Parts: sequence; C-alpha cells; structure tokens
Amino acid sequence: MYGVIIALIPAVLASILYFGWGAVIVISAAVFSSVLFEFLIQKFLLCKKTTIHDGSAIITGLLLSLCLPSNFPVWLIIPGSLFAIGVGKLSFGALGNNPFNPALIGRVFLFISFPAKMASWPDAQGFQTQYVDANTGATPLSIIKEGLGKGDSISHLMDKIPTYQQLFFGNMGGSIGEVAAIALILGLAYMLLRKIITWHIPVSIIFTVVIFTGILWLINPEQNADPLFHILSGGILLGAIFMATDYVTSPMTGKGMILYGICIGILTVVIRRFGSYPEGVQFAILIMNGFVPLINYYIKPKRFGEEVTNG
Amino acid sequence: MSKMLKTFRKGGIHPPEYKLTGKNPVKILPLPEKVTILLSQHIGVPAIPVVNKGDTVKVGQLIAQGRGFVSASIHSSVSGKVVKIDSIPDHTGYKKPAIVIEVEGDEWEENIIKSTDLRKDITLSKDEILEKIRESGIVGLGGAAFPSHVKLILPKNKKAETLIINGVECEPYLTSDHRLMLEYGEEMMVGIHILMKVLNIRKAIIGIENNKADAVCFLKDISSKFPGIEVYPLKVKYPQGSEKQLIEALTGREVPSRKLPIDVGVIVHNVSTAYAVYEAVQKNKPLINRIVTVSGKSLKNPSNFVVRIGTPVRFLIEAAGGLPENTGKVISGGLMMGKTINSLDVPVIKGMSGILVLPEDETKRKSIEPCIRCSKCVTICPMGLEPYLLMPLTQNGSFYRLEKQMVLDCIECGSCSYICPSNRPLLDFIRLGKTEVTKLINERK
Amino acid sequence: MSSILLTILSLSSIGIIAAIILFLFAQKFKVLENPIIFDVEDALPAANCGGCGYPGCKNFAEACVNSDTLDDLYCPVGGQETMDIVANLLGKEAKQTDPRVAVIRCSGSFENRPRTNYYDGASSCAVASALYVGDTDCPVGCLGMDDCVDVCEFEAIYMNRKTGLPVVIDENCTACGACVEACPRDIIELRKKNKNDRHIFVSCINTEKGGIAKKYCSVACIGCTKCFKVCEFEAITMGNNLAFIDSDMCTLCRRCVTECPTHAILEINFPPRKIKTDKENALMKRDE
Repeated sequence: MYGVIIALIPAVLASILYFGWGAVIVISAAVFSSVLFEFLIQKFLLCKKTTIHDGSAIITGLLLSLCLPSNFPVWLIIPGSLFAIGVGKLSFGALGNNPFNPALIGRVFLFISFPAKMASWPDAQGFQTQYVDANTGATPLSIIKEGLGKGDSISHLMDKIPTYQQLFFGNMGGSIGEVAAIALILGLAYMLLRKIITWHIPVSIIFTVVIFTGILWLINPEQNADPLFHILSGGILLGAIFMATDYVTSPMTGKGMILYGICIGILTVVIRRFGSYPEGVQFAILIMNGFVPLINYYIKPKRFGEEVTNG
Repeated sequence: MSKMLKTFRKGGIHPPEYKLTGKNPVKILPLPEKVTILLSQHIGVPAIPVVNKGDTVKVGQLIAQGRGFVSASIHSSVSGKVVKIDSIPDHTGYKKPAIVIEVEGDEWEENIIKSTDLRKDITLSKDEILEKIRESGIVGLGGAAFPSHVKLILPKNKKAETLIINGVECEPYLTSDHRLMLEYGEEMMVGIHILMKVLNIRKAIIGIENNKADAVCFLKDISSKFPGIEVYPLKVKYPQGSEKQLIEALTGREVPSRKLPIDVGVIVHNVSTAYAVYEAVQKNKPLINRIVTVSGKSLKNPSNFVVRIGTPVRFLIEAAGGLPENTGKVISGGLMMGKTINSLDVPVIKGMSGILVLPEDETKRKSIEPCIRCSKCVTICPMGLEPYLLMPLTQNGSFYRLEKQMVLDCIECGSCSYICPSNRPLLDFIRLGKTEVTKLINERK
Repeated sequence: MSSILLTILSLSSIGIIAAIILFLFAQKFKVLENPIIFDVEDALPAANCGGCGYPGCKNFAEACVNSDTLDDLYCPVGGQETMDIVANLLGKEAKQTDPRVAVIRCSGSFENRPRTNYYDGASSCAVASALYVGDTDCPVGCLGMDDCVDVCEFEAIYMNRKTGLPVVIDENCTACGACVEACPRDIIELRKKNKNDRHIFVSCINTEKGGIAKKYCSVACIGCTKCFKVCEFEAITMGNNLAFIDSDMCTLCRRCVTECPTHAILEINFPPRKIKTDKENALMKRDE
C-alpha cells in the first residue's frame, strides 16, 4: 500500500509546483480528514480495531484531492472525504470489501452535489501563494465539449487549448493531480518496476482510448479530437494508472483485467464524446467496478492441464 | 549459453535460496543409542510389524511387512534389540505405531554387499528388479514418500515414453539431492538404467535447476558413459520440483487435472530414489538410510548427513552444532512445504529430506490483515487456481463450490501464503478444504 | 389535451400487456404446494439453524408434512412444545423427546494442562487439529480457537479467555448440534437436560493410560474406575481407560463427583455443597 503513496509523490509535487498553496491545502485537508474519519468511525461507531496503519485511508485522501480543483473550499473537502471513507469504504466492511473505489465515490459525490465548484478549474500558472483567488478557466476537455456544442470545429478549437507540450508537462487548467502527465507516467513506471501493479489495466485502457478516439478522428477530424489530445487531457492517465488499478476494485486475472480496461476505455470515450459531461473516466471506472465480481466469476485463470498441449 | 533455459510457464516464485550446505560433503553420522522406526513412513496402508518385543534384529532385516498394493515394507536400520512396539508421537504430535530398537553393535544382514565398488552390470530380469524394489521398501525420497514400485507397474493400456529424474531441489536450504548427485552420481546413473529397464524405455531426462552448476557439469560429463540419459539444466523457479511442473518444464506436456504423469507418457522419480534403487538391486541393501540436510543460518555447522532411518532429530541437530538458543521453529522438510516438528525426539523417516532450524524472528507470523484482492496469489499459483477464493470458501464450509474451483489440484507448494502481502494463512485453509472435499467425494462413492 | 390522453393510453396499455404476460407466466410456472406446509413453517422457530438435519425450516416443514410419522423428526430449537403444535396441525403423533443441552467434555484449562509449544498458525481449531496435536500434549483436548463459538447462532457458547475453554450458556443452548459438528476434536456432547439444568458428566475424552493422561492434563480421566464402583445406579460405564456417565440413568446423586481423584467429573448448576463442620465430620467417623 505504501508503494502506491510513493508512486503518487511525483504527481503531488507537480501539483504543488503548478498550483502552489491551493494544492497543499487541498491535499493535506483531504488526507488528514480521510484518516481522521477512518479512525473515528472504526473506533467509535463500529467499535473495531482501527486499521489506519495500512495506509489505505491516506491513498483514498490523496487520490480524492488529486481530482479536485486547487481552489476547492476545505469545508466541502471534509464531507467529500467523509462520504468516500464512510459510504465508499467502511459501510461495505472496511478495506478489501468495498466494491467501488472510495476516492472516486467521494469525487463523484462532490461532482454531482456541487457541480459549480467542480467546474471552475484554476489555471496552472506556476507556484502561487493565493488559495481561492486564482484565475479560473475551463479544462481543455470542456473547451472542446462546449465548442462542439456551439458548432465550432476542432481545428478552430485547437487554437484555444494548450499545446501538447503544455499538456504533457501539465501547464493547463484542471484538477490538481491530473494535469501533469509526466508525473503520472513516472508513478506508473515506479509501480511497474516494483511489481505493485501489472501492465494489464493501464495499458488496456490507454490502448482502447487511442484506438477508439483514433477511429472517430479518422472518420471526422472536424468533430473529434485526436487520440493524443484525449490521452493527455483530463483524467485518463490518473484514472488508468491509479484509480482503475486499485487492488480491491479490479479483477483478479490478467484476462479479466484486460477486459475491464477495454470496457473502461470505451465507456470513457463514449461519455466524453456522446454524453453530457466533458469528462467520463470517473463514471467509466465506477461502472466497471460494479462489473468486477461478474468478471471474476466468469473469467478464471487457465487451470494447469486444462488443455493438453503437445510440445 | 545461447538457448533459453527451460522452466514451467504458469506462476511460480523466487524465494531466497539459502543453500548453505551445497559445498559441504556428505558426512556419515555415527549410530544413535536408540532408533524409533515409524510403521507409516509412506503414503498408503501402514506396515504390520513382523518382529516381537525382545527380538534381536540385524541391519537390513525386515521388521514390518507392507500390506496391500500401495504400501511399503520397513527394515531395521540398526542391529540390536527390539525394546518396544508401541505408539510414539510423530512430527505432528499425534501418536503413530512404531518399533523402538536399542542399538547393539553394527551387524548387517549377510547378503548385503557393503563394498562401495560400482556395479554397473544389471544382471536381474525386469520382474526380479521390480520384486527387489518392492521388497526393499523404497518410496519416493523427494518428500511425498509414495511407494516406488507402484509407480513402476504401469496400467495395462498406458505406455511410458520418458523417464524424468527429478534433481531440481527447488526448496530453499535443502542440498541433499545436490550432494547425492555430486558424490554418488555414477551409482545414481546405474539406478536410472535399472529404472529404464523396468519401464522398458530408452530415454531418461535428468532435470536440474541451474543453481547447481557443478552437479549439471559433472552429470553431463559422466552421462556419455550411460547411453540414453540426458541432463537438462532448468531455470531456477519454485515449485519446479513438483512432479507436474517438472514434466511441463521438460516436455511441455501438462498433466490434466486429477490425472497421473503416466497419462502423458511420463514417469518421474527423484534422484535419491534412483540411488536407493541402485543400492537395492545391485547391493541388496534395503532402504535403511538417506541423506538429510541439517541447515539453518543460526546453526554452527550446517551439514549433509547420511542418517539411518529412525534416528532422533535431536541427534542430527547436535551433530550439526547443537540447537541455538534463539530457535523459534524446527522444520522437517523444506522451508516452503515442510512442517514444524513438535518435539526433537521425532525420528527421521524415509521422506525427510531436511531439518531446518530457524531463529525466532524469522519464523514469527505477521499479523493477518484483510484480503485486498491484489491478485498476487492468482498470478503466482502454478496450478492456475485462485487461493484468495479458496480460503473463504473453506471457512464458510462451501465445499461443493470448493470442489468446482478445483481445490484438489492444489499441490500445496505454499507459494500463495509466501507471496500474500496481507500474511493470510491461505495454504492452511486450502489444505483443510482439500481434506473436506476428499471426504465429500468419498462419501459420494 | 391530446398529449395527456396519449400518455394515459400508452401507459395503461403497457400496464395491461405486462399484467397479461405476468399472468401467463404465473400459470406456466405455477408450483403446486401443500398450504399446510406454510402453517407448519409458521409454527417453527424460523432459526434456519439446521439442527433438525434439514437445510432450513421450510425443508423441515416439508419433511414433516410428507412423512408418515414424526418419530424421526425433531426440532431441537422449538423443543417438545413446537413438535406438539406441528403434530396437532398434521394430526400426527409427536414422539416424546427429552430436551438436550451441549456440554464441553474437556477441563484442560491453561492451569490444568501445561502448554508444551506455541501455535501461531491460522486461528481455527479445524486447521490446527489437522496440522498437529495442538499447543499441549493432549491429542484430544480443546484447542480453544473459537470454532464452536463462531458457528453458534444462539449466542449460547462463549470462550473463557482465562481458562481457554468454551462455556455453554444453558438457557440459550437449543441443542442444534452445530458446535458438535464444528468441533474437530469431538469434545462437545449433547446430553439430556435435567431439572434446573443440572448435569454431571466426565469432562474428559482422553483414552490414554492413567499415567500418560495425567501427564498431559491434571484433570484428565485416568480410568481408575472409582466412580464406576461407587455408582449405585449403573449409570457409569468404563471403556478405553475412560469413564462415561449415561445421562438417562444418572440420578444426579453426586457420589461420583466426590469420588473422582482428578476432579474430572463436573457438576453443573448444583447449589454449593454444605461445608461440613468438624463436629459433623467427627460424628460421621464415629458412625463408620
């Protein structure tokens, strides 16, 4: 578990670099309140042994904060983490039993309950000391979505959004954790190297998104953004690397993981392109979380000696 | 070496090797004062004693006759007087029937050839050899202790193509097979020829993990003198010493669920078994001793000993420098699959390949955390099972579902318990589940 | 206006079609069931404990209705009362069965039974028992890892952490037999429930010879036959170095309890014995 926290360090550092104090406040508030709620609920409400030492509450807090805007008010972070920990995790019987990723539960709870607060994204403008008064703007994804809604074409809209280089290094508006692609890829490399996760889920999600958006782009490049833009903008990398790979809520077998990843990829693009929200990763992952028991039930590892091969 | 070394495909782990005694030549242990020979040292029906209390026995004399097909005879490993035929606690602490012999001198049966000269010519016929192996009480010495003659009698409609000799020794610490291959290599090769003659096949493969490079080189050198025997180095991976995994690694064939190796035309025997066959057939010597590795980082002189069956474990540990003060557990067998012994008075049995003395801090189990479904156990299970699922099914008593999840395929290698980040006792429960499911199936018959 | 009408029409037509489909399916897959089964099921305690030998109360009710006699059928939770009601409903005769209660036939507490090793494996009696003899030398004694406590659905058994032995709460025990099944060492026995829940039993099942048994555990039955000799009602039988008290024959006279040299025979729920004064002792001696 602590390996995941180490893997998140580059993303946290990048967010502080880009958003300054706002990021520090949001991250520390979310982590601290998640751990505190886990402790309080387990100790006093459930009267059980507390399990904050396993680090899962820290991860939940970190992941929740990383998908919030840097000017998000603290008084909303607290109910967010309460919902993530209380409803998302402990109500199902603590670590190991929750069907849905708790951080995403918290994020979606905030996203649906306070859409206005969750739609104003401060621009990443280097280290800033202001907290609430940052310049806000739309994310590249919502620029595209709104533009297309108004009848603009992609080639025209592309001028309004940051360049790919900016997208890669995180110089854009968005939630504090998802902007810097490079930091997230560093985290992925660390987790693969330490064998914390396997390649199946991140690779299959990203691959599916590339293929699917590529097909759409080839069909009509004026209405659909290109695959590279889709990968680098929004929460796909954060979701594919850290959210979808959550041990508890992902399938057990390699084949199952690939199926899960492909479905998340397709759902994400469908929501982004055809749905009403500009971003779909969080919903896609939560929907597929619900299917994980089914995937585990039907997709079994290849038993030894199942098919006799003649070598 | 340009060619990729072979290994089995699915799962597997790489525990630290700790082969402390790989370079120590085998020492012959002096005789203890008293030996306790258990009557059930093999899989199958326990043997029936054919001596009485007060009888004088010689080394190699039959003291208990195997009964039924799957059973093995037991011979006295020392000369002396039978002082007790009673139930004695074995390594589990439960009492099992045993014969206790007080050692007097070292007088061998007359027909046993004690010289160490290599006798290469196989003079006996096929049936005579088989009878000799059965009489000598030879069992699989790799650990499972399955009576060897049973494996050599083929079902009528099956044909063996390949004989695989298991020199993998994938368990950490253990080096008894390694030393045997180095020091008794030629004898073992003759033993393999004997087995080939019984099975009427031309080809035998010795599979050895590549961490025993000296044994591989040595056997490759002498294999030119023994036609039909090939030596294959294998990539190090646990549990390669398991029969099914070894067959897959060497031949690419997978033994189907609940079938035997003969169903894919393969017979597997351990290197120590091949050596025991040589001694039984060429020297008339029944299975009365074996090589046991006594190892552990805290031991003063970890060694490989030639030990008479029935010697108390205490005697072995004292010969290896005595029991260190901080000992937490003494394990019989390997680190991964072995079982903790309850008392040091437990005797050496035919299937005991090692005694491990582990300090307290190494053996302490860490606290059990909830399963986080990290899927590590599924990834490493060499049999393609789902240990994370099998444990709660056993706990909840869902034995029908357990059977459907093919729990009986489990080879009890312990890889799942080893890899689990939450320190869950997966194998403990799977073992229980296997017993319950076996009961269920027997009831159905 | 027309849109409202259209809505009403379309919704009601959907409703009607659905109703027809449901009706057809209900006809097609109708399960004919004897209604009396439901009555019987209502009379049962609905514990679904499996103590009767059937998976649930419904199955037991079916068995009651379908079988000719109620002789082999008994609901241990409901007891005689419930069986009488069931018998009344079905017009059958209920066999008189004595209520029973579980007893733990092991007194090997931490104090009485010396620990010889330390077990740190999975906390389950079944696992430990399959693995080895346990953390004492006694191969049949209680392992104290809560298997019986976990299966009890009536909170009738708890683990005394001071002694390491389970304790049965007689008022809650329904004699469903779940703990008897769960115990890998077979030390739990269902015995006749006497008046005021009093019972006397040999709290040991060790069949080793006296000396060895005593070494394992200071309160083991050593097979000395003293209780056997003192019992006037032939309630005690000896076998395999072990005494057994037949609860049907026992008159609860407590002679054997005083006689047992190792205190292996327990008396439960009896009023405390009157402590005899020195004078009375002297009088008794004189009488002898």
